[in-house]
Amino acid sequence: MGVSYGAADLISQFLVGISRSMILFIVCAGLSFVLGVLRVPNIAHGSLYMIGAFATFSLSKVFAGSYGFWFALILAPLLVVLISLVAERALFCHLYQREHLMLLLFTFALSLIFGDLVKLVWGAEYRSVAAPDLLKGSVSMLGSSFPRYNLFLIFIGLGVATALWVFVNKTKIGKISRAAAVDREMVGMLGINVSWVFAAAFVIGCYLAGLGGALVAPTVSITLGMDHTLIIEAFLIVTIGGLGNMWGALVGSLIFGVTHSLGVLILPQFAIIFPYAAVVIVLLLRPKGLLKSVW
Amino acid sequence: MFKGIVCAKSFQLAVALFILLLLLPPFVPRFYVYILALIYVTSLLAMSLNLLVGHGGMFQFHHAVFYGVGAYTVALMLTKTRMPVWVGFLAGPIAAMFAGLVIGWFCVRLTRLYFGMLQISLGSLVWAIVFRWYRFTGGDDGIHGVPMPPLLSSLNRSYYFILIILALSLMLLYLILKSPFGSTLQAIRDNPDRCAAVGINVRRHQLLAIVVATFFAGIAGVLFVVLERSVFPDLLFWVLSLEIFIMCLLGGWFTFAGPVLGAAITVALRTFVGIYTEYWTLILGVILILLIFFLPEGVMGYLLEILKPRAKEAAGRRE
Repeated sequence: MGVSYGAADLISQFLVGISRSMILFIVCAGLSFVLGVLRVPNIAHGSLYMIGAFATFSLSKVFAGSYGFWFALILAPLLVVLISLVAERALFCHLYQREHLMLLLFTFALSLIFGDLVKLVWGAEYRSVAAPDLLKGSVSMLGSSFPRYNLFLIFIGLGVATALWVFVNKTKIGKISRAAAVDREMVGMLGINVSWVFAAAFVIGCYLAGLGGALVAPTVSITLGMDHTLIIEAFLIVTIGGLGNMWGALVGSLIFGVTHSLGVLILPQFAIIFPYAAVVIVLLLRPKGLLKSVW
Repeated sequence: MFKGIVCAKSFQLAVALFILLLLLPPFVPRFYVYILALIYVTSLLAMSLNLLVGHGGMFQFHHAVFYGVGAYTVALMLTKTRMPVWVGFLAGPIAAMFAGLVIGWFCVRLTRLYFGMLQISLGSLVWAIVFRWYRFTGGDDGIHGVPMPPLLSSLNRSYYFILIILALSLMLLYLILKSPFGSTLQAIRDNPDRCAAVGINVRRHQLLAIVVATFFAGIAGVLFVVLERSVFPDLLFWVLSLEIFIMCLLGGWFTFAGPVLGAAITVALRTFVGIYTEYWTLILGVILILLIFFLPEGVMGYLLEILKPRAKEAAGRRE
């Protein structure tokens, strides 16, 4: 390429990759959780992420001032939860007995509807959200400067991973949902209302989509079509991680995010190709994903 | 030759429909000729996908890539080289078939959802290259104003060309489906393990099916260029892949002609709803949900279900 990069650029680019991976992880963990419990690849997940980002834009306008973003970060995912709960209870819960492909199609129909609703509410313009004052600017680390917001993302990602671990392994609903993922009939026979377990799992997954959307808002321009790019990446990450395995989602996100950000250093124009190629290599070597799938 | 393979009645119906459509252009406005031609192109694409999805039971999630490869190949040949036109027209399907062979070779090693996912990632690779390689493919601008030979200079002539190619392709697809190969494919869909046990090479049959289907997708790509004279990266985007997938399900994926109906409904909806509102995907989504709830077999499947008892009744009366 003729351009040489110092170690500092490499490290800072690597860290940017990791912080982007964290957003991917939060979204993919939700997707993977729904996939594990409900066995449905939720295409509408990307649309919920987009709604989360647009809602963050509007809410941070409503609560003006430097705290606007923090309010939005809490409220936007809850809005997404509300939408997904309505969709699940009104429509989706009647389809669980049906064929896989039909469920997939249903979530695609939802994504079409959500996509147009976003266009209806927010219009087709590009939007942007300012990072809160606390996280503006950058810190210098290891001889290179690194944006504070990205550092914040890394911590949030670790926090969400911990919270998910506690939720899945230590709480009752987490354990029930894991059991339902393995054998839903048995769980039903034990007197647990499986339908509500599914609803809870779906809503939790969608909450993570909304949270990912809210967190990504200050780092990108929010626009229609961001759902399409994200969902395809999320599906690939979940697949290479092992379907339904949350830690697989973490590993997959790291592979995807880091190969992309390092690809920018090697071939900026074709950086987008590196993560896809990484996915192909992983799938050829380990067709069922890196970690154990719950399927 | 067709006796015994084709039900005489539906064959007559198809021929009558073909002749009717062939006579149509002078009598309808230009706009409708264009829409019909677009429906034919999309139908062929959906039919080629349905060979894999409906009859082969494979999760071909990124079929649009092959359509796009066919379209881009012919567009690049006609704009960047001085090759005769027919070479470009032949190169489109062959390039698509080659892409199908390479991608399919990897995909058939996996099954079901993993098959689909691997295909999406390989397909997205192709899309990303086309999308980013400005100097060669024009990037997200695409290629416009592809020159066409005088034979295809007017819309009506393109219409005839597309219709005739569609009819020939559908005939070929029908023969393939009714051949021993087609039966094997359907057997693999219904029970891959048993097929493997009786000595059928499942992977090889699936790969062959992919190659055949991508060839027809490439033809559809060429026809698209004939109609539109331009190509753009959305032709290879996965959203289009899902749209064709829906056409198959919408029309009825276990019937032969279902995807044609699905394509016609989708294209017509997009065009005519698009005139009144820009929110046509919202309407498509709602229709899709209604369909999933009320017509799980697709429109064609539903029609056949209604007609079947009547046909039997009629047959009973004749006896």
